[in-house]
Amino acid sequence: MIELIHVQKSFDGGASYAVADTCLTIPRGELLALIGESGSGKTTTLKMINRLEEPTSGQVLVAGRDVLEQNLQELRRNIGYVFQGAGLFPHHNVARNVAAVPELLGWSKELIEARSREVCDLVGLPFDDYARRIPAELSGGQQQRVGVARALAARPDVLLMDEPFGALDPITRAGLQEEFRRIQQELDLTVVLVTHDMTEAMLMADRIAVMQGGELLQVGTASELLNHPTHDYVTQLMEMPRRRAERLERLMRAAE
Amino acid sequence: MSPVLREQLLLLPEYLQGHLALTFAALGAGIAMSVPLGIVASRSPRIRHPLLATVSLIQTVPGLAILALVVAMLGGQIGFLPAFIALTLYSMLPIMRNTVSGLEGVPAEVVEAARGIGLAPRQRLWKVELPLALPVIVAGIRTAAVWTVGMATLSTLVGASSFGNYIFIGIQTRNLTAVTVGSLAAAALAILLDTLIGSLQWIAERRAIGVGLRELRRAIVLAVTLSLAFAMALVFTLKPAPKPDFIVGGKPFTEQYILASLLAERLTAEGFLVEQNIGMGSDVIFNAIGSGTVDLYVEYSGTIWGSFMRREGNPGRAEITEITQTFVRERGLNPVGLAGFQNRYALAMRRERAEELGVVSVQDLAPLASMLSAGGDLEFFGRSEWKRLQSLYDLDFAQELTFDAALMYTAVEAGQVDVISAYSTDGRVAAYDLVLLEDPRQALLSYDAMLLASSAAAQDPRFTAALAPVLGAISDEAMREANKMVDVEGRSVSEATAYLQAIINKPR
Repeated sequence: MIELIHVQKSFDGGASYAVADTCLTIPRGELLALIGESGSGKTTTLKMINRLEEPTSGQVLVAGRDVLEQNLQELRRNIGYVFQGAGLFPHHNVARNVAAVPELLGWSKELIEARSREVCDLVGLPFDDYARRIPAELSGGQQQRVGVARALAARPDVLLMDEPFGALDPITRAGLQEEFRRIQQELDLTVVLVTHDMTEAMLMADRIAVMQGGELLQVGTASELLNHPTHDYVTQLMEMPRRRAERLERLMRAAE
Repeated sequence: MSPVLREQLLLLPEYLQGHLALTFAALGAGIAMSVPLGIVASRSPRIRHPLLATVSLIQTVPGLAILALVVAMLGGQIGFLPAFIALTLYSMLPIMRNTVSGLEGVPAEVVEAARGIGLAPRQRLWKVELPLALPVIVAGIRTAAVWTVGMATLSTLVGASSFGNYIFIGIQTRNLTAVTVGSLAAAALAILLDTLIGSLQWIAERRAIGVGLRELRRAIVLAVTLSLAFAMALVFTLKPAPKPDFIVGGKPFTEQYILASLLAERLTAEGFLVEQNIGMGSDVIFNAIGSGTVDLYVEYSGTIWGSFMRREGNPGRAEITEITQTFVRERGLNPVGLAGFQNRYALAMRRERAEELGVVSVQDLAPLASMLSAGGDLEFFGRSEWKRLQSLYDLDFAQELTFDAALMYTAVEAGQVDVISAYSTDGRVAAYDLVLLEDPRQALLSYDAMLLASSAAAQDPRFTAALAPVLGAISDEAMREANKMVDVEGRSVSEATAYLQAIINKPR
């Protein structure tokens, strides 16, 4: 569904690379987590998929077509995008935020309303209660639900998510993570999720791609990364959730 | 209602219309230019700096100077156009600056989201960036509107009527009622406009955070009501102004108001449709006659000699009249003739003070000058005859202070200055009991009142015939008496005009 072929990105004319020679294939229906520290190149890699950034060299294919050969706005309208901190339009109410992409695509009023109702219900915001609310009246978690609804409104096959749950409190985050995983499987979405939280990656993703300093170090399922890490950095990354899990288990046992 | 107030209020529709038309035209043009320029500037840092620096620079030039420069750039054209251009330039800075900062204040993540979901650059601007920047832009327009209303009063000086007519003519003729009416009218207009745009700003602010129109009903009703009121004011005061046959001009002081009104009356009596355009500066009006935007006014030979020809020396009254008439003819202006009186500069002191110091002529002043302070009108100390006066009599005053003409007289009366550059036909000379000092060495020039006409007017025999009775008919005494009626006795310009008409019409 999404293919990165020897993709490189430099912001300084080749003196240094934010993303260096990366190859990655994400099959249809997979949720891939891109994980790394800030500056690792994970967000740049994500943005190259819908051309918010353009690769310096290499190719990005979505559904088999080179993104550079597609109409820029059309490409973006066909790919859902969930932003860090939701990025809702503060001057539009929930209904208009959710309707943004279908409006751009020229859907009919009735169709837009029906679809908005559907996606709002899907993300757990009853349309009749929330349609007229404005972003400033919503909690962070509710705003991000609207963000997800907006990304899904135009029935995209591909969804890009840039640290979507990073700004939420732990309880809200856990709830949304689970709900989103259910939606993703239900709709058979191909998702690239950028995160710096290994626990989140392990709980949500089919596969995890680890990046460091612009290099893609290893791609694999959580158990592959745990059992066969190819780099020390991957081992370190996997250590933390493992140690936390062990400590938690001991605490739970003691409590029983 | 007092007759003085009534007389002033009758002028209100004309001045209101002038003021409203100027304000709205300039503000409209200012918005039409500044918002797009602000958008461009916010997109490109390379343009932003020079652009904002340029409009800031315009803003630092005093309003009066901008007006004068625009008139000069238009080749001496006066009236609505130069005032409109100057006001437009003046209104640009706050609008452009707020457009730039408003657009820059749109949260980066919102812009990124707009790009990410596939809004094209133009859609991003119209659907996201401008609506979010609008409150800041409207605040800039609000600032510009209040400035423009204030500065529009200055356009009187380049011949565009506004509430400034009340203020400038009121100051010169010591008509406090006129000054008050003008100031209150300008202030009220500023407050109303501020309220209107303030309510628009309030609406834009609420809209930018997604509040529905229904909750903004009150502000919308207020804004619509005020807009309708402005529109009605414009329409009601908009009379289909017929094109006048001749425009009579005048400089901003009492004598000129009386003379302009007198000349206009003579031409009207001959059946011409005449408009008065008074309150312009010497340079402006001299050029306006040349370009035909004013048809008639009274200039003084000494002013032409000293200010326009930049000649020094004093060849005597007859000679100056002769040479200056030749000069204006060469410039394409047409001297119709002399009015009879001259209004020259003369040093003047309070009688009491002059007697106390034993001063009769300028000669007597020289040894005392280092202890005395002198007051001059806005031009006097810059003129060559002042230099000549200094060198011929070896005058060196302790202080030289510049005043508005009306205030100069009050200053000498109050003893703040000892000597002033009085005008020989000024009614205030007698009223304040001033003595004019003799000038035995003829340092000061003669200033014969000279009627100057545009070429178009001068070719009309009925025009010259209508003015013929005025020539040579107004003596120094008659002019001084007419000035005194207005400046000292507080009577209206039309009464003083009637007094002069009676003298002219008296069989000689």
